[in-house]
Amino acid sequence: MVMMERQLSAQAAAPLLSVQGLSRYYGARIGCKDVSFDLYPGEVMGIVGESGSGKSTLLSCLAGHQRPDAGGLSYNGVDVLALSEAERRRLLRSDWAYVHQNPRDGLRMGVSAGGNVGERLMAVGARHYGQIRDTATDWLGRVEIAAERIDDRPSAFSGGMQQRLQIARNLVTAPKLVFMDEPTGGLDVSVQARLLDLLRGLVRDLGLSVVIVTHDLAVVRLLADRLMVMKSGHVVEAGLTDQVLDDPQHAYTQLLVSSVLQV
Amino acid sequence: MIEVRNLSKNFTLHNQGGTVLPVMVGGHLDVAAGECVGLIGQSGSGKSTMMRMVYGNYLAAGGSIRIGDVDVVTALPRDIVALRRHTLGYVSQFLRVLPRVPTIDVVAEPLLVLGTPVDAARAKAAALLERLNIPQRLWALSPTTFSGGEQQRVNIARGFAHDYPALLLDEPTASLDAVNREVVLSLIEEAKARGAAILGIFHDEPARERVCDRLVDVTSFTPGLSA
Repeated sequence: MVMMERQLSAQAAAPLLSVQGLSRYYGARIGCKDVSFDLYPGEVMGIVGESGSGKSTLLSCLAGHQRPDAGGLSYNGVDVLALSEAERRRLLRSDWAYVHQNPRDGLRMGVSAGGNVGERLMAVGARHYGQIRDTATDWLGRVEIAAERIDDRPSAFSGGMQQRLQIARNLVTAPKLVFMDEPTGGLDVSVQARLLDLLRGLVRDLGLSVVIVTHDLAVVRLLADRLMVMKSGHVVEAGLTDQVLDDPQHAYTQLLVSSVLQV
Repeated sequence: MIEVRNLSKNFTLHNQGGTVLPVMVGGHLDVAAGECVGLIGQSGSGKSTMMRMVYGNYLAAGGSIRIGDVDVVTALPRDIVALRRHTLGYVSQFLRVLPRVPTIDVVAEPLLVLGTPVDAARAKAAALLERLNIPQRLWALSPTTFSGGEQQRVNIARGFAHDYPALLLDEPTASLDAVNREVVLSLIEEAKARGAAILGIFHDEPARERVCDRLVDVTSFTPGLSA
């Protein structure tokens, strides 16, 4: 036990993801500018801000979907921006995962649920059909999809089930770092709560590091350890999630927090 | 265990003309292991503000708050997260949980995040819920629909699930009947006996008399109120 804690603290001493001065422009317009932070193993960081604040641009630069115009990005000490295309793709398939807001963007709608999960396993080298199917069944169970639905296509699933399937597809290869773009957006409130509970359990049990973009302050309060608030492409405030929400320092954060309707 | 020095706090209301409200100056207190210190002072004098700053929920303007070897005022978010997991517990007046999570898991969660096996965590949670007279038929339900008193007891069970070396209690006996109040006071006494440092707000005066070793009047740190 003591040894395990020592290993954990030794791991935690080095950041998993290190971002320095990251900027991305769309012509003369700022997408995001001069963003820096370190994300440590097991940390969940939320990025909030309204539409157009640059939070999605930042996420897509971090996840390798867009190339930043300036700044540095390193993962486990490796300069991600210097990787070859093949190395970058391998990273995206194995160590990283990306959960899209719309499950249709993260799933193959014409392939069965089991196939969606198995496909990602095969992409990292799994070949034994029986093992792939067993692992897929296990993961469907973990995201609360009944085993008898394994051969159904996601198009036959509800929105909440599709989102859970997308999460299974992403987590089956045991990634270390997961990017999430509004994972609970577009879902009914009751479905959201179930998904949040599921995500919280998975993050805790698998020790995942997560960067989650959302405009929903209730979601970050429940999921994120720390928070970055963005406005007009800039990070205006960052800190411990409940501290930023309960004692916001920046004028924009104060406005954002006080604008939430109380239920 | 808890050492507060020269603590100050301002609220800046940017959207109300940039008004700056100084709410604490020269905050100072100590809580030793095995000791319970009660915060007193009139409503609005800053008892809750002090508790929230010690927990890292409010940002201090200056000074230091040492809990073990962590200074909450300057610590990084991940150090505060680790401090809250291992060392510093907080029983607030209100339960904030995800809908649909069963009561037993709400109580077991602080143990699960520390890596306690599920069975052991649930067993500890069950023992606490039983002691706090939450009927077993409710354990599988989410506490969101429970009465105020029941929610408060679930909150207390959760706060006592892990043996934190330091504990913050905000009105732990509020809205409890005599039997459950007695259970909570015993839990506090047991925590002190195992060496926990406890800082609390108790409006219940007999409770305060019974568990607190010393009192700190926060009015002396309140600008405009201190004598």
